[in-house]
Amino acid sequence: MNARSETRNQPLLEVRNLHVSAGGVEILKGLDLSVNLGAVHAIMGPNGSGKSTLTNVLAGRPDYEVTEGKVLYGGRDLLAMAPDERAREGVFLAFQYPVELPGVRNREFLRAALDAVREHRGLQKLSVREFNKLHEEKAGEVEMDPDLIKRSVNEGFSGGEKKRNEILQMTVLDPTLALLDETDSGLDIDALQTVARGVNKFRSPSKAIVLVTHYQRILNYITPDHVHVLIEGRIVKSGGSELAHELESKGYEWVKKTVQSGSEVGV
Amino acid sequence: MATPKAISRKTTDLGSDYKWGFVTDIQSDVAPKGLNEDIIRLISGKKNEPAWMLDWRLRAYRHWTKVSHEEPRWAKVNFPPIDYQDIRYYSAPVSMKGAEGLDEVDPELVEAFNKLGIPIDEQKKLTGVAVDAVFDSVSVATTLQETLNKLGIIFCSFSEAVQKHPDLVRKYLGSVVPHTDNFFASLNSAVFSDGSFAYVPPGVRCPVELMTYFRINTEGTGQFERTLIIADKGSYVSYLEGCTAPMRKSHQLHAAVVELVALDNAEIKYSTLQNWYPGDKDGKGGVYNFVTKRGKAAGVNSKISWTQVETGSAITWKYPGVILQGDNSVGEFYSVALVNNYQQADTGTKMIHIGSNTRSTIVAKGISAGHGQNTYRGLVKIMPSAAGARNFTRCDSLLIGEECGAHTVPYIEVRNPTARMEHEASTSKVSEDQLFYLMQRGISEENAQHMIINGFCRGVFQELPFEFAMEASQLLKVSLEGAIG
Repeated sequence: MNARSETRNQPLLEVRNLHVSAGGVEILKGLDLSVNLGAVHAIMGPNGSGKSTLTNVLAGRPDYEVTEGKVLYGGRDLLAMAPDERAREGVFLAFQYPVELPGVRNREFLRAALDAVREHRGLQKLSVREFNKLHEEKAGEVEMDPDLIKRSVNEGFSGGEKKRNEILQMTVLDPTLALLDETDSGLDIDALQTVARGVNKFRSPSKAIVLVTHYQRILNYITPDHVHVLIEGRIVKSGGSELAHELESKGYEWVKKTVQSGSEVGV
Repeated sequence: MATPKAISRKTTDLGSDYKWGFVTDIQSDVAPKGLNEDIIRLISGKKNEPAWMLDWRLRAYRHWTKVSHEEPRWAKVNFPPIDYQDIRYYSAPVSMKGAEGLDEVDPELVEAFNKLGIPIDEQKKLTGVAVDAVFDSVSVATTLQETLNKLGIIFCSFSEAVQKHPDLVRKYLGSVVPHTDNFFASLNSAVFSDGSFAYVPPGVRCPVELMTYFRINTEGTGQFERTLIIADKGSYVSYLEGCTAPMRKSHQLHAAVVELVALDNAEIKYSTLQNWYPGDKDGKGGVYNFVTKRGKAAGVNSKISWTQVETGSAITWKYPGVILQGDNSVGEFYSVALVNNYQQADTGTKMIHIGSNTRSTIVAKGISAGHGQNTYRGLVKIMPSAAGARNFTRCDSLLIGEECGAHTVPYIEVRNPTARMEHEASTSKVSEDQLFYLMQRGISEENAQHMIINGFCRGVFQELPFEFAMEASQLLKVSLEGAIG
């Protein structure tokens, strides 16, 4: 069917028949997705199709109710884990709207997160010097002013700085599964390229990326292995990177029509 | 030398996490309950005070009985009438009688302070901090005397200052907080038992932090300490104050007075970690902390800065203020007040601008959890003489849970048209979004909460000496246990 057929190994992430409601309204209506290590999956869909719900539910945000289905991560029941446990297990969400934390310095925040993650992996805490070196290197990759580490997390940051800060955190914390929630939204072309470079650098056979986006634009810089179209809470069409280009030229209405006529569903 | 006896712990029956709640089992010399002129004569006599000191006390007592009929009730705090005849006004460890050096201090007292993390033993003393340890009504020991003596800095118990430096005490006692100031200040003036005294001579920058650690031990005892700090011309001193008390089912009264005087070009930085026993989760017991603290920036270019972290006490009623008398003088007030369970706090500051170009800054952070009620009450007064005066005030409240309250009552009186005033205020909650964001990075919920609250307090904590800031942060964590989740 999709990613699973490419390798005999167990998928890193397996979403089966996932139904999710928020405030009594069903948003995801039986979603299936299988993500292998090394793969980049792009999930595209119009506003309100459930893209952000998917990444948020995977990361464990409260306020969502899973009414049916299951999610396996490395063979374990992901939905049974608390959000911080998921993070320590290697699930990272780059937020669509990064949260401001007044008075909490970036340095203190990132160190606390890295300490927690490293401890979980059985690694020693980094010394101040080691941390500074790592931070400087990773900040350079996303062209982030290293002095921002002295400021409160995301407070007074521009839209671009916030998104770059998300990618910086991702590369420092070195997760296994990165969920990028509309990381491209609100970015100018330079920032978009920078962010894409960061993601491409992160990409490796030992990582997996699920990238959620409304527009094809970011996929000019990050070439996905798989593209899925999410409409009204279900993946209605999957394909390779060419599907993104097709969508860009023909629009979501085209997918809706082909789905309704019963052809080409799921590829 | 006697071996230290075990300190009895009576913490279990009250079922609380207040780890400073132990009781030191020590024989005390206590005055009978009640208050009258004889008790005041007794206190004064125990301390072998000169006549002028006794007269001063008696004047205050007569004012208290005749003029101040009852406690001020304008604050947003509730407490039943206090029976002032049911309180002991003097309690001292028996072993303190005639103790000349630390060698003669009861090892149990030394151990009690060790346990509080305040070693008074010269061998174990804190680096860079001179400590005056006050146990119930008397000062137990003052460390680092030699270092201070060389510079001419006087740091001793108030009682010792009355004996050895009567001229300084007579000159400045009551000069900032007169004995007629308010009900609790009058009471304190009549019965104060001990406290700390510091004098920094002209041009001297005190190289260590001066610290007083107050400990209430004996049940049914009020604590009425009096602190007087004088920074002479061009001098600087940083002073720290910490306080704890055992857990008791009944309320204990603490009515202190602190007076600061900064002369020309002098600076006093005064930091408090107030962690008196807050009462249990149902609001039983706890200290009534009714305190008058005021500084007089008397000289030109002088500066007085108050930083307080108030986590303890059943009720906190205090408004550390600054009288900005000298031209160009500066007053600062940085405060974190936390209430949990049934604690009540009504705290803030008074900035009285008299000199020209005087400046004041107020940053008050209130954290309310459980059923706690937290009020910021502050007065900024610009007198006609204070041309070019400036004030900046910022009051932020953080609410945790649904049952607590935060209130802000700023009073602003401006009588000079050249004054510039700024006031900012905010009320917020620890948001689910913030928690989720931190947890999504692998940080536990407890640590995430702690980081958000610390971040909220950042502007105040950064004013504290480093080690005190760490302790303050820990205090918040402990005080909020159970309030979160």
